[in-house]
Amino acid sequence: MIRNAQILGGPAQDILIADGTFQQIGTDLRAEADVEIDATGLVALPGLVDLHTHLREPGREDAETVLTGTQAAAKGGYTAVHAMANTFPVADTAGVVEQVWRLGKESGYCDVQPVGAVTVGLEGKKLAELGAMHDSAAGVRVFSDDGKCVDDAVIMRRALEYVKAFDGVVAQHAQEPRLTEGAQMNEGQVSGELGLGGWPAVAEESIIARDVLLAAHVGSRLHVCHVSTAGSVEIIRWAKAKGWDVTAEVTPHHLLLTDELVRSYDPVYKVNPPLRTAEDVQALRKALADGTIDAVATDHAPHPAEDKDCEWAVAAMGMVGLETALSVVQQAMVDTGLLNWEGVADRMSHRPARIGRLAGHGRPVSVGEPANLVLFDPAYRGTVNPESFATRSRNTPYRGLDLPGRVHATFLRGTATVLAGELVEPGEPA
Amino acid sequence: MKRHLVSAADLSRDDALLILDTAEELAQLSGRAVKKLPTLRGRTVVNLFFEDSTRTKTSFEVAEKRLSADVINFAAKGSSVSKGESLKDTALTLQAMGADAVVIRHHASGAPARLAQSDWLHGSVINAGDGTHEHPTQALLDAFTLRRHLNPGLGNDLSGRRVTIVGDVLHSRVARSNVLLLNTLGAEVTFVAPPTLVPIGIEHWPCEVSYDLDAALAKTDALMMLRVQRERMNAAFFPTEREYARRYGMNGRRLARLPEHAVVMHPGPMVRGMEITAEVADSPRCTAVEQVANGVSIRMAVLYLLLGGATLADAPSTNQSEAAK
Ligand SMILES: [Zn+2]
Repeated sequence: MIRNAQILGGPAQDILIADGTFQQIGTDLRAEADVEIDATGLVALPGLVDLHTHLREPGREDAETVLTGTQAAAKGGYTAVHAMANTFPVADTAGVVEQVWRLGKESGYCDVQPVGAVTVGLEGKKLAELGAMHDSAAGVRVFSDDGKCVDDAVIMRRALEYVKAFDGVVAQHAQEPRLTEGAQMNEGQVSGELGLGGWPAVAEESIIARDVLLAAHVGSRLHVCHVSTAGSVEIIRWAKAKGWDVTAEVTPHHLLLTDELVRSYDPVYKVNPPLRTAEDVQALRKALADGTIDAVATDHAPHPAEDKDCEWAVAAMGMVGLETALSVVQQAMVDTGLLNWEGVADRMSHRPARIGRLAGHGRPVSVGEPANLVLFDPAYRGTVNPESFATRSRNTPYRGLDLPGRVHATFLRGTATVLAGELVEPGEPA
Repeated sequence: MKRHLVSAADLSRDDALLILDTAEELAQLSGRAVKKLPTLRGRTVVNLFFEDSTRTKTSFEVAEKRLSADVINFAAKGSSVSKGESLKDTALTLQAMGADAVVIRHHASGAPARLAQSDWLHGSVINAGDGTHEHPTQALLDAFTLRRHLNPGLGNDLSGRRVTIVGDVLHSRVARSNVLLLNTLGAEVTFVAPPTLVPIGIEHWPCEVSYDLDAALAKTDALMMLRVQRERMNAAFFPTEREYARRYGMNGRRLARLPEHAVVMHPGPMVRGMEITAEVADSPRCTAVEQVANGVSIRMAVLYLLLGGATLADAPSTNQSEAAK
């Protein structure tokens, strides 16, 4: 029994959970419950769904495992994550996606939905066995070569067409490879001054423009990963206005941080796509608010310390993000008045689940639905301390910063995975 | 002065003039029979070169030895290392050896900045050229050379002097450091380059930009040629060497159109034929050789001020009270 929770930021209500579902919701519920949680002041949201997580297992267990990654996800309020395919070996066969899926089941902290590679070995040359991955126990519906762009227009067209057979979606990491040779940060005033190779906005925008036209041509679903520029937003807006089935995501860090931070040459800010300008950040916020961008996706990219404690040029790209996502979204979107909690639930749970065709997630907090739930304390103020993270890596740009809010509790099908901000053993009585 | 010299932006006008004036004093040393000062005796300076550069390394080494420092040459091959362990590990080693200063040349932009900000090393960091970012001692020696030709005298700056920098600005650390330092010293900078070799965002730099070398010549007090790396041609920055030479190369015809007092500078090594003809390179108005000599004086001054004494009052000669203000 959860007392006085503000569902989607609304008036305080009680929520009774039993048998993995919401049994009763209302004021002053009279029911016997084993456990009572006082949720006064807490906002209740449906369990968050991430479309873009790097769990690193198999292959880079020194950076993250399915277990530590799902623990981080639970601490961030997530009940389902999509695990990206750029592992070692690459998740480009039924065998590998099933392995990841099983590891997720065993973890118990969060559902893991593997993403399948579009091409064999992420090499962009030959389609992977998309159908076999879909037909496997993992039931893959999202396919992506993320980390790399499917830049061959014919391969991209075929992938889009082929996945129609099982209602799949191709999630593109839009990066024109020739335009980004040697790229190390956003191309602009700062890269010019720092003498770092530039990653121009047009390298992202030109691929998105091509892909929305391809998707429209073959009548398929396209999802655009981690949109980072104002120009990309305009193209997606145009494609949606045409009625095409195009969706897009933005990361929390692209909603908050700019390339000015790179002046420190601190590799913690090195990420792909790179941090862009303040104008881009404003455009992304606005697009997320008006629904042009459908979802917030973390692009949680853990790296061990030695891959970041070095000079900029050789540092790995990526940031961890699961445990700070909701706080960053509060700061960038809610506290700025751009999005209310209903909007947050839509962009971080409902829509990502719909894009991934993930049954049982992204459902409303209402009677009869699976009890995937996060209780979030928006009034909490504290300093980000990476040492307390559950993720195995510490590459966060928010170290020592004050971010608002904190996940108080997370429930996966009625079972608490996080209580009072701390992980609990799944299945442990709350 | 700050503890490190990573960027020309680290230098205030007073800092820069202090270095130039100190270098003038130290330059007199090279005329003496015994070219050595005891200033840095007992101090350890490491030359950490991740990228080959005989000229810059030799220049620093001569400067260090003239100041009696203990010199360690550390040639590191960093380019084959996929992770960044080599810079950090090397720095920790140098720290253990008690390096008082590290002169670093690195193929990656930002490596000296990272070294200066990290807790890997406690000594001073002097940037001897990082990637396509900066090369502040080159800018200082260029300013030193310019001042000698255009406004000689201790305490003088370069106010109102017009410097035209020609060539591959995009990939030039010399250009980045020079635009900052020359601006600090009051000079007006114009970059001339094909549009493909002009950095994005240059409109925010304190300079003018032109694509037309001939138009810039008449209003130039000093023409600074940048090195063009031949491998740039493969990346389609310009069509052919011949076309580059025709539009942006320095030749006798263009030399004749410069004002009489104007000099032609080059950081070396010169690619004769493409960026500068032999006629110009060997002309008395070309300062390339002089720049090399001035490099030693400038590097002595920088090491002296960072490691030795922080004020000009401690400088080896006594008659620069004017500049100390
Ligand atoms: Zn990506």
